[in-house]
Amino acid sequence: MTKNTLGGKGRIVGGALLILLFLSPLFLPRFYIYLVSIILLTGLLATSLNLPLGYGGIFQFHHAVFYGVGAYGAALMITKSGLSPWFGFVVGPLTAAFLSLIMGLICIRLSKLYFGMLQISLGSLVWIIAYRWYSFTGGDNGLHGIPVPNAISSPNGAYYFTLLVTLLSLWTLHKIIDSPFGSALQGIRDNPVRSAMIGINVKLHQLVVLVIAGFFAGVAGSLFIVVDTAVFPDMLFWTLSLEVLIMCLLGGWFTFLGPMLGAAIIISMRTFVSGFTDYWTLPLGILMMLVIFFLPNGILGYIEEKLHRNLIEQTIKES
Amino acid sequence: MLDVKSLSKSFGGFAAVNGANLEVEKGEIVAVIGPNGAGKTTLFNLITGVLKPENGKVLFKGEDITGLPSYEVCRRGISRSFQVVNVFQRLSIFENVQISILSRERRTWNLFTPSAKLAVEETIGILESVGLMGKKDRTTGLISHGDRKVLEIAMALGGDPELLILDEPTAGMAPEETSRCIELIKDLSGKRGLTILFCEHDMEIVFGIANRIMVMVRGGTIIQGSCDEVRSNQAVQEAYLGGSDAC
Repeated sequence: MTKNTLGGKGRIVGGALLILLFLSPLFLPRFYIYLVSIILLTGLLATSLNLPLGYGGIFQFHHAVFYGVGAYGAALMITKSGLSPWFGFVVGPLTAAFLSLIMGLICIRLSKLYFGMLQISLGSLVWIIAYRWYSFTGGDNGLHGIPVPNAISSPNGAYYFTLLVTLLSLWTLHKIIDSPFGSALQGIRDNPVRSAMIGINVKLHQLVVLVIAGFFAGVAGSLFIVVDTAVFPDMLFWTLSLEVLIMCLLGGWFTFLGPMLGAAIIISMRTFVSGFTDYWTLPLGILMMLVIFFLPNGILGYIEEKLHRNLIEQTIKES
Repeated sequence: MLDVKSLSKSFGGFAAVNGANLEVEKGEIVAVIGPNGAGKTTLFNLITGVLKPENGKVLFKGEDITGLPSYEVCRRGISRSFQVVNVFQRLSIFENVQISILSRERRTWNLFTPSAKLAVEETIGILESVGLMGKKDRTTGLISHGDRKVLEIAMALGGDPELLILDEPTAGMAPEETSRCIELIKDLSGKRGLTILFCEHDMEIVFGIANRIMVMVRGGTIIQGSCDEVRSNQAVQEAYLGGSDAC
């Protein structure tokens, strides 16, 4: 059910959306370009979470920690090392992947909820380091005015860089989900005991998927520096993890593009509804309740299901 | 081929398996029978690494495999099906069998080739031999119980095992499904030359296809022998017909 069941129509919609994204700096005001950049990189963060969550069935409750550490890793490399900033964008994701490996090694012995709880605890330890170590991480102020390479320092440059890196990352993640590794991962999600019995080393596969997810969360964190030239401890606070989790559930956690859709909805709501009221989470809560009651597979999950059903009915009619 | 020596496992003081012995020779069909709660499934779980035994040994082809994790047991050539259906619910019948083959070929570390094109022929071969080819694209959450039980066997075959362990292969099947399944098991033994170990409550099936039978009561082995030996054994009759060990 994870396959793209949208077929030809889906491809047309997707192509049109891509063209629109590439042309949008020509007609969208600067603020909206910034907003779309944030949606793209947060969507990448949510998609990277969905790899262990939706496809791997792992309760990855504190994913933001890898996003934040990726961002801090890149920012500290750029501001403290004196090496080319491009180097920082490589170090950021690698730092996140390494942290994911270490935390994964500790947490993987537990399963389900216990895995998630331990991850939240360990992640909070990392957060307090970023929050309190003033001389190194800037403490609760974070780091501001991080120098970004000239080629991508203009708003449009940052936008195109974010768009290209996000697309490349999504393409890679999609490749991974479609591969034998991805199949094994979905098998583990549906039934770990059975997976082991057909010869799959369950824990090792889970550990690798955590490292991959951590890496791409780090990529998203590094992109945030390009767009915002700043990092702050909120980026690895657990409330952001929760928000990203909601994005996956809202958009559809058994679909590939669901988390991206969820990110677009939540970030747009936060931006526009908070213009009218401080209680922007209230409509979000109502929306979330409606989704849970009526679309348990998320918005995109519902659409895919519907299209799939139509397809089956059509085939039955034709035969 | 398989040699189980005084294997034991208890759960919180209850000895589920208590000194069980079992021998399976190459090419045989061996049945394990016993009243409900005798420890048949626990025995299979101990052999296949789902549970770790407290005492005893499991030897496979002369090698000690006691307490190895399931994936290692599988790689040594033992596949099994489960009594309670254990398949990948969100995947199609085809994908279920395909993963099993890809795993055997150690290709699950391949991150970038689309799996749709891999191991297709072998998957189709297995699906045809078990009669699931017509339904290959259905999601397994939506197929009948009988088909799922057959899929269980198909997945086990994907591991290209030397020893196939079947935990109540026909439980809950409709009569015509049952006879189809028995034909399948006979075929696997006759044509593929598989060694098969299974447990089953239906005595007609057991005496119909097994070469040898092992009887378990209260976690222990009371007898291992040919069908006739088991039929005429005093202790077995007591266990089944209401002696001191009545179920």
